[in-house]
Amino acid sequence: MRIAPAAAPPDAPVSRLNPLAKLGAALAVSLAVLASIDPVTPTVALVGVLVALPFGGLRYRRLLRRGWPVLVGAVLVGCANMLFAADQGGTSYLHLGPLQLSSVSLAGGGALGLRVLAIALPGVVAFATIDPTDLADCLVQQLRVPARFAIGALAAYRLLPLLADEWELLGLARRARGIDAGANPLARFRLFAATLFALLVGAVRRGGRLATAMDARGFDAGTPRTFARRHPFTGADRLVLALGVLLAAVALAVSIGTGTFVPLVG
Amino acid sequence: MGDTTRSLRWRTIDIVVAAVLGVAIGVVFWAWSLLWGVFGTAFDFFKPAGGLGVGIWMLGAVLGGLIVRKPGAALFVEVIAALVEALIGNQWGLTSVLEGFVEALGAELIFAVFAYRVFKLPVAMLAGAAAAVFATVWEWFTYYPSWAWGWKFAYTGFGAVSGAVLAGLLGWALVRAMAGTGVLDRFGAGRERARTV
Amino acid sequence: MTTLAVRGFSWRHAGRSAWAVRDVDLHVEPGERVLLLGASGAGKSTLLAGIAGLLPTDTGESAGEILLDGRPPGGTHRPGILFQDPETQLVMARSGDDVAFGLECRGVPPAAIWPRVDETLRTVGFGYPRDRATDALSGGEKQRLALAGVLAPDPELLLLDEPTANLDPAGAELVRAAIAGALADRRRSMILVEHRVAEALPLVDRVVVLAAGGGIAVDGPPAKVFAEHGETLAAQGVWVPGSGPAGTHPSRTAGPTLLRAERLGYTHRDRSTPALSDVDLSVPAGQVLAVLGHNGSGKSTLALLLGGLLAPGTGRVVAEPALTDRSTASRPIAGTDRAAASARGGRSAARPPHRWRAAALAGRIGSVFQNPEHQFVAARVRDELALGPRRLHRPAAEIAATVDELLDRLRLSRLADANPYSLSGGEQRRLSVATALSAAPRLLVLDEPTFGQDLRTWRETVALLGELADDGRGLAVVTHDTDLVDALADRTVTLAGGRLTAPAEVA
Ligand SMILES: Nc1ncnc2c1ncn2[C@@H]1O[C@H](COP(=O)(O)OP(=O)(O)OP(=O)(O)O)[C@@H](O)[C@H]1O
Ligand SMILES: Nc1ncnc2c1ncn2[C@@H]1O[C@H](COP(=O)(O)OP(=O)(O)OP(=O)(O)O)[C@@H](O)[C@H]1O
Ligand SMILES: [Mg+2]
Ligand SMILES: [Mg+2]
Repeated sequence: MRIAPAAAPPDAPVSRLNPLAKLGAALAVSLAVLASIDPVTPTVALVGVLVALPFGGLRYRRLLRRGWPVLVGAVLVGCANMLFAADQGGTSYLHLGPLQLSSVSLAGGGALGLRVLAIALPGVVAFATIDPTDLADCLVQQLRVPARFAIGALAAYRLLPLLADEWELLGLARRARGIDAGANPLARFRLFAATLFALLVGAVRRGGRLATAMDARGFDAGTPRTFARRHPFTGADRLVLALGVLLAAVALAVSIGTGTFVPLVG
Repeated sequence: MGDTTRSLRWRTIDIVVAAVLGVAIGVVFWAWSLLWGVFGTAFDFFKPAGGLGVGIWMLGAVLGGLIVRKPGAALFVEVIAALVEALIGNQWGLTSVLEGFVEALGAELIFAVFAYRVFKLPVAMLAGAAAAVFATVWEWFTYYPSWAWGWKFAYTGFGAVSGAVLAGLLGWALVRAMAGTGVLDRFGAGRERARTV
Repeated sequence: MTTLAVRGFSWRHAGRSAWAVRDVDLHVEPGERVLLLGASGAGKSTLLAGIAGLLPTDTGESAGEILLDGRPPGGTHRPGILFQDPETQLVMARSGDDVAFGLECRGVPPAAIWPRVDETLRTVGFGYPRDRATDALSGGEKQRLALAGVLAPDPELLLLDEPTANLDPAGAELVRAAIAGALADRRRSMILVEHRVAEALPLVDRVVVLAAGGGIAVDGPPAKVFAEHGETLAAQGVWVPGSGPAGTHPSRTAGPTLLRAERLGYTHRDRSTPALSDVDLSVPAGQVLAVLGHNGSGKSTLALLLGGLLAPGTGRVVAEPALTDRSTASRPIAGTDRAAASARGGRSAARPPHRWRAAALAGRIGSVFQNPEHQFVAARVRDELALGPRRLHRPAAEIAATVDELLDRLRLSRLADANPYSLSGGEQRRLSVATALSAAPRLLVLDEPTFGQDLRTWRETVALLGELADDGRGLAVVTHDTDLVDALADRTVTLAGGRLTAPAEVA
């Protein structure tokens, strides 16, 4: 079901948690970091998250294999903040047209890169250990998301691996019919675009048939659905959620306590 | 033919096709996130112009609105796409889901202003632009809080142009092309097409 | 106990000028088992969809009415329906979840769901655990799972649209046994669509034949129907028992070898076991090689490899000069497609087929995929057929002649301007066979070319394929259809678990 590898084996403690507990904890941490633009809040949050991961059965190496883009993203955002910061005080290192770099903006940009890392990482980790079927079930069972939409979306998600196969088959079919692009880059791009479009059209066509198949099984009936798969919100789930909120509070408290806290607005 | 497009109730096919669009667009988002993560570096010389790349992320909202033509369609497709992007594994995790929600509100607003009755090119471009404005303003706070106001507005301006073109124009053209293949026959967007054999 | 009443029902699909179903009257009492027959394209699948309440008003025009116990079908007030193509009816990612889906929709208490799921999976002979991913199943396995999904909510009326079309004979027998079991207590009624009458007869006690021009041609007990109307029905394309195809034994001598597989093997992405291993075989010109084997034995994988579409995982596919030489090409290639020309002869001909340019490949090896829809690329039937020869730069007049002849021979002329995806199952199959023939390749690799055909279109397809072999072309045919093997094959090979069980034998 996945393109990138899951970050934890299916029997790891973190994989057995309710997805909403993980997302809730991640959201709490992300929001706390979002509310501040100082370096201390994200540092505390990051340390907290990284320390917690092994307890959930996550290995840093495996996480890195899936989550490396988060590092690239953070570095890029950090750089953009350095180069275009409003405050270019302190020693100036560079002034090249609109580009500026100074000791203040360097430090500020670095802090903001760290901040983005701390905002994104908890969510990336949460999603890396979530099974889509569980997520849809829990959205309905705990958050009361309308079942028709959640289950409909889940059924559509099943097409994702099929889309990968379909992409391959579309290529094979075109080849079997004498269509290929050869070395010409323009022809290649056109073939690529045409295949992509065919994939989209095929996906929508499948969607229509899937809807018919679902109605044939009674999906459009007004009777309330039952759930074969129960996902209770257990004690462990509550604990994880509480720990997430706690970490968010601690990060803010440390930052305020040490006098470094800078709020996002005001 | 019954005028089912005006009914506000979502048929199963509306839900599933919207979700399928979301899944397909989610893969596009995912690829674009990784690509833009690399090629976007080029814009570090003038980062606010990086707003020119944000339009693609508005595509889900515009396509959803144009095809399904119901309140909430832009929101549903865009949020599914953002969720799928995060599930496959992008660099932003939950943040991109929140951003997806925020930007879809922009597109939804435009479709609502036209009472979910007008789906011509200008409306599509407006929806794309509005979504991009919402998204870039959200990014002022999440990613670029240190920027001077001038840069922030420049970023949003570039974003709006990108949204109008990469989401609005491209989305509108895609819907027209798709209608030509007959897959949208059960939707308002494909209704106008009539060919009998 | 469900009673079905169809009164003067007609349906015309949006965008079509002809009615798919016209003036049908049909009553089915509880416990009755009906075999619904009719030529390919007669409207059988459409009628079943109507009975299942699956023809939304915005997809066409209707007349008459369909009542289940006095009420139109809809919601959970529906018969169970199994479609022609299993791909389109699986909903969930895991097998068990898929069977549970219909039960959840009906609000069955959770505690009762899993025992029921397990029981149903056992009934249909599904050999995997509940959490088996649905997209990791072969076509036949998917069909069995889909049947389980239909049976799980215990419907009182069962609609089955060619439920065994994709199954190997043993698997088909298993599914028929499952169906017979589900009908044993006479509580449930059934309408079965199946072209192969002989196999379906033990399951039914009444035969209804849709007439070509509308209405019902014949209705009654099987013995009476076939005794009184056998000949007229056979002329209309119904496989009347006893009038089936005679097992003609062809006597074609093998020409030069076109293609050889040497210790060929392939493992699909994300799979631990190979789908195919150590296969040695050769396809000669002028003969038909039939590839048999159970579901999941690797036949389709072999077909894609022989067709030059997949790169071999191990071993190799060798194209012999008889396939690649310009002088022996079945028709001279007009025009100046440099890519195609340069791929011919010389060093490049020594390359394996999967490295050939597409135009060269299509001109030499024609492939028919197991699922017809997988190979459509155009928006109209006619364009679909013209595509191959156009890529080979054949003259326009020749293309038009080829297209018209194929349309005519495979009974698709009426549908020349239709969208390929809107065709009936049998029509789609014929179109996909025709697309591979239109480029006139030396070698044809066909995956289940006759499934879903009525007697008439079956005969026409078989005759066409036979002519191609007589004409000196080589055919490799993957099939479960024993009639096809009897009528056409010169040699057969059998795959089991990805390996050839015995060397090629003469049929
Ligand atoms: N979605 C559709 N849109 C337009 N025409 C359709 C559609 N589905 C079927 N048809 C047409 O309606 C006619 C009846 O099709 P149907 O699928 O009911 O035939 P069938 O009796 O099941 O044939 P087969 O034995 O080949 O499966 C055919 O001519 C077909 O081309
Ligand atoms: N795209 C794929 N990805 C992964 N596994 C596959 C894929 N296609 C086939 N397989 C697996 O490879 C094996 C051989 O499949 P194949 O489709 O070749 O069988 P087959 O003999 O054609 O079966 P059937 O008679 O049901 O069509 C099966 O176990 C199947 O599950
Ligand atoms: Mg049919
Ligand atoms: Mg097969």
